[in-house]
Parts: sequence; structure tokens; C-alpha cells
Amino acid sequence: MIRRASLAFVLLLALSITLGANAGSHEHIVLASTTSTDNSGLFDYLLPIFEARTGIKVHVVARGTGQAIRIAKDGDADILLVHHRRSEQELVAAGYALARHEVMYNDFVIVGPRGDPARINGMHDAVAALGRIAAARAAFASRGDASGTHKAELALWRTAGIEVDAAGAWYRETGSGMGATLNIAAGMSAYALVDRATWLAFRNKGDLAILAAGDPRLRNQYAVMAVNPARHPHVRAAAAQTFVEWLTGPTGQAAIAEFTIDGGQLFHPNAQEAGR
Amino acid sequence: MTALPRRPPTVSALPLTLSGVTYTARERHILGGVSLEIEAGPRTVVLGPNGAGKSVLLRICHGLITPQEGQVRWHRSATAARPVRQAMVFQRPVMLRRSAAANIRYALNLHQVPRAERHRLAEVALARTGLTEVARTPAHHLSIGEQQRLALARAWVLEPEVLFLDEPTASLDPASTRAVEDIIRAIDRSGTKIIMTSHDLAQARRIAHEVVLLHRGQVVENTSAAMFFEAPESAEARAFLAGELLW
Amino acid sequence: MHEIWAALATAARLIATLDRDLVEIVLLSLKVNFSSVALASLIGLPLGASLALFSFVGRRTAIVIVSALMGLPPVVVGLVVYLLLSRAGPFGVFGLLYSPTAMIIAQVILVTPIITALTRQTVEDLWGDYREQLRSLGAGPSRALPTLLWEGRFTLTTAVLAGLGRATAEVGAVMIVGGNIDHLTRVMTTTISLETSKGNLALALGLGIILVVMSIAVNASAFVIRDSVRESAT
Repeated sequence: MIRRASLAFVLLLALSITLGANAGSHEHIVLASTTSTDNSGLFDYLLPIFEARTGIKVHVVARGTGQAIRIAKDGDADILLVHHRRSEQELVAAGYALARHEVMYNDFVIVGPRGDPARINGMHDAVAALGRIAAARAAFASRGDASGTHKAELALWRTAGIEVDAAGAWYRETGSGMGATLNIAAGMSAYALVDRATWLAFRNKGDLAILAAGDPRLRNQYAVMAVNPARHPHVRAAAAQTFVEWLTGPTGQAAIAEFTIDGGQLFHPNAQEAGR
Repeated sequence: MTALPRRPPTVSALPLTLSGVTYTARERHILGGVSLEIEAGPRTVVLGPNGAGKSVLLRICHGLITPQEGQVRWHRSATAARPVRQAMVFQRPVMLRRSAAANIRYALNLHQVPRAERHRLAEVALARTGLTEVARTPAHHLSIGEQQRLALARAWVLEPEVLFLDEPTASLDPASTRAVEDIIRAIDRSGTKIIMTSHDLAQARRIAHEVVLLHRGQVVENTSAAMFFEAPESAEARAFLAGELLW
Repeated sequence: MHEIWAALATAARLIATLDRDLVEIVLLSLKVNFSSVALASLIGLPLGASLALFSFVGRRTAIVIVSALMGLPPVVVGLVVYLLLSRAGPFGVFGLLYSPTAMIIAQVILVTPIITALTRQTVEDLWGDYREQLRSLGAGPSRALPTLLWEGRFTLTTAVLAGLGRATAEVGAVMIVGGNIDHLTRVMTTTISLETSKGNLALALGLGIILVVMSIAVNASAFVIRDSVRESAT
């Protein structure tokens, strides 16, 4: 009896494997983006709308910004959506990507333990807040992975005049994505810099809460770019162009604005604003 | 018992000639300059105390071991139109993890016997050795006596011209020993040359037509069984018969 | 502790409702893992047996290398395969990066040494027992190879299951070469990793529980089948 059940199980397994083959010949493009964007759930919301509209499947490869850019440079993706202006401009200048189109923005916030040893709660000056954290030698979890978030963080430390390379043990570089870094921050009751979208979507906040926000220097601008077919002839240029136009067009922008978590809007569409 | 049909007459593989065969292993001299001629016909038993080199001698004859010096020559060379057909049965039978009949069929398969023939011949072989009842039993579930009979059946089904047996009953009880000896006699009657080692004098008396006495890697006597047991020539032979030749 | 209860509840809910995403992820995991192990066995079983049976220059070195390869860090394998399959790499023309095929390739590289090394040891031990008798019957190493693989089938099943375990647990390499793309290359392990990074610890643990249960089911069936085959008269 057991033997027959096991044989049936094995046959079921074999069957499921052959049936589990993926659909295949849908038109598709590969989008290289950041973990912060993906973890927020934006793509889960946005892309089905796009697919329903155009029949094009979008495969999202989510990495840190640095890696996403490298993927686009290598030609392993058709579209790039990241949030570091200088890197994006360099990419266009070097001919790897066609024009840079601003899409949406949100902001970074500084989260920390409710006990707030550095006393930054309620501050709107991000640079000063980081200064207090350094002065108090309070634990700070940095991504340390050359991502857009990490680069933004480093820019703020520089403005504050603080050398994080020479910082003491309170400055922890996790070398990981946003989620992993937040897990670590929650686990050791540390401060961290995080984009609001990821924070709202994050489910292991522990003792952490938003303590400082609202500084214009914390603005986080996202841009989309199509990989240059002159560089990589194999990219799906037409479909990529369709996506860029949709995302920056009225439907895409409206969809971005509609994406909320717990009533809070995560991304603010701004493709119409003049941007370069 | 059904016997296989007589093979057509052809140039015999025997006599088997050894000249100056020497074998050393791990710095121990096992065989030293053995020269021997084994003729077709009589059942040959190689006798000697433990460590005399009997097993090694047999393996060299069968081709499992290469001697450091000396030659092993069959009368009909190995590259002739019909290669020499030999088989060997070891002291402990080695069976594959499959049924008794399947073990025999495996050996037949190695010799390119077609499928239907394999089944038929295996059945015959099992019948000849009294193993029909256990044809479908996994071989390693059989008693060691049955396994040894199975080994004989497997060797026999290949119709060897020469059958080597290395102490085939050393691990068996008296009843199995007798059964095995009966089979050996039957194989002999069907035309296969028997070359066997033993350290058991009583068995040698029962089986041998001729005796080769090996002592410390040398052939010390090689005569008919009658001569050996009644009027041995060498001192070693006399000592061996008296149970005093140890090693 | 609360997380663990929440995890069990989540796991039960996902299974009971046959959550569509879960089913998709499970099927993809099974497909990738079983394909990898099948391919790795196809390579590893004869390769391991050959290493055991044939002597050639450098045989001992080869055996040492195969054993060492069992400890290949998966993330290194993932990186190398990524560099090879990337459009910027030598095999980029095939466009295999970020596909289940790429994941299977990486896993085959990780699993084959395990199966090869275990097969080699098994066949070497068997050859030690069977060599004289098989040679006497007329079977040299080449002819004995398939025979010994069949003889060792029970031990070799364990080797294959070890390979399957390795494949099932793999997350680093498949993440790099597969990209963890939703509905395409997202498997159980990468989903668990993703959900953990999103802070969804209960969900991640729940998926982990399901993964372990699946693994137990596969191994249990293998053993039951093996035992019943063992007992029946062939």
C-alpha cells in the first residue's frame, strides 16, 4: 500500500515537472532595477497592468544599483530603472543607454530605535541628524554595497564632514541589500538610511521607527533608460521603447501614483517635470 | 541429469605448460621457478600445506595474475581461431545481487549467447546442480553451499575446456562438500579438464586422478594419485601424507 | 517563538488553499532540481565508475580534484557561470542568463562532483570484491562498469539523493544566474531569501517548512521504493 502510494507520488512528481515548463514564447523584456524598488512591491503592481495593455512580459532582475547598471552595460537587460543621477548620466554619455527619463521620486528617511540614543527624533536636517549619530557613536547600519541608497548615504556623511572610513565600531557596513540591512538594523537597534517605499513595505521593523525626514537632500529620484541597441544589437529595442513611453506616459504615471501601502503613497510620479 | 551435447573435436587447449614461473609479492617469494605440464584427461589436484602457493599457482594458470618470470603456454594459443575456454570457481562464491538464474544468464550474456538461449541454458544448468527450486531466489539469500553449487553451474554452462577450482569446499559442511564433489565429477564426465587445489587429503583421495604437491613455492612431486598415496617418492610427500608437513 | 507559530500557520494556509504562487514556485523548484540531478547523474555515475575502474596517468590527482570539488563554494560557481553566460561573456549569444536553464547549469556543476565522488568510492569497493570473479567470467573493466553500477544501485541511490539534497538547498548560485525573476526563475530557496530580505519572516519560515516537508516526502518515497524492490524476489 505504501509502495503504491510512493510510486504514485513519484509519477506525480515526474508529471508535474514536465507540466511545470514555463509558457515560453511570450514577448518579453528584461528590466534591471534595484532591490529597493522591487522589494517595495511596485513592480508586482505595475507590470501586470503594462502586460495587460501591451502583451509584453517584463522580467525584473533586482540588484543593487551598481550591479543593475553593470547588467545594462553588459547587455543582459533591455531596460534600466535606478536612482543615481550621476551614474545614469555617465551611462548615457558613454553610449550604453539612450536618453535618461525621470519617472518618479520618493524620499529617504532615517530610521532608528525608539529609544533614540542620538536624539534625532523630529529633525528635518538629515546632515545634522547624521552628525548627532556620529557624535553619540550610536550604532548605524550602512548598506556598504555601492547601491544608489549607499551612495546617497555617503554623500550626506561627506556633507556632514564625517569620515566613515575612519569611523569606529558604531558604523556597521553590511554589504547587503536594503532588506537585509534593515533586518540587521532591527536586530541590533541601529540607525539606518532607507527609502520610504522599502520602509513602508518592510515587515520586520522591530523596534525601529522613522525619526528624521523631510530634508530636500533626502529626495530620491528614479529614472528609466533603454539600453542602446547600437551597443547591443540583440536588445529588444522596440519593446523597451514601448515600456519607457508607457511608464512616462499618463497611464504609467497614474498607476505609480495609485500604488499605496497602508494608505501611504510610496512613489510620486514626475515624468512631466523637466529633468536631465 | 541432462548433459550438454559433446563438443566437436578440435585442437585441444591442453597440455598447459608452465616454465620457470616465479612470483613474488610484497617481497615474499611465493612461487620459485615452477615448471609443470598438465595434460588433458585426468582430474588434477594440487596439494600442499597453507602458504605453499597453490592459490597463486591456479590464478597464474587461469590468467588472473602475471608471473614476474617464466611463461604459461597453452597448447592451442590464446589467439587461435577458438580461444581457450576456461572458468574458475573460488573458495568463496561471488554472486551478483540478482536471482540465481540471472547470475547464470549474466555469464552467458558475457559470451554473447542470445536471449532465448540464455534462459534455456540457465534452466538446464540449475537442473543439473539441483537448484531449480531456487531459480528465482536472490543469490545472496542462498546458503553458502547452494551458492557454491550455483558458481559451479555458472562455470559449467560456459562449456569450459578447463575448470579451475580453488579450495571449493573449504568453507562448506560435509553434505554440501559431497554435493559439490558430485558436480565436479559430472563436469569431468562432460569433457572438461578439472584442475583443483585442496588442503584436504581425504578429498584428494576421493577426487584426484593425478596429484601435484606444492611446497614453499616449488613442485616437489607430480604423479598419478595411486602412486602418490601408496608409494610417494619425495620426503615432503611422505611427511605431507603423515600430516607432518606444515608450511 | 511567535514567528515559528506564525510560520506554521502560514505554511498550513498556503498548502490548504493551494496558493497559486506557491504552486508555481514549487513546480519550478522541482523542475530545476530534478533536471539538475538527472543530468548530474548522467555525467557523474559513469564518470565516477570510470575513475574507479580504469587506471591512467593522473588518476589519483583526478580523484583528489573531484573530491575537492564537492566543496566548491556555490556563490563562486554562480559567479563563474554568470560571467560565462552574460552577453558580455563567451556564451552570451545563447541568451541563457536569467533563465531556468542557467540555474540548471549552475546546479549541475555543483552536484556532479558529489555524485562522481560517491560513485567512485562505491564502485571501487565493489570492484575489489568482484574483480577476480568478473575477470574470470570474461568481463574486464569496461564490461564490468554497467554491471557494477547496477550492483551498487542501493548505495548509489543514496548518492543521487545526496545530490538532490544539495540541489534543493541551493540558493546562492541560482540567485546569481537566475536573477530570482518573478514567474520565471523564482524558486523556493530564492523566494525564502527574498521574503527574508523584505522582513516577511513568518512567510519565509513557512516556505522553509514546506520545502523541508517536500524533501522528506521525496526521500521517504525513495527509501520505501528501494526497500520494497530489495525484498521482492527478482
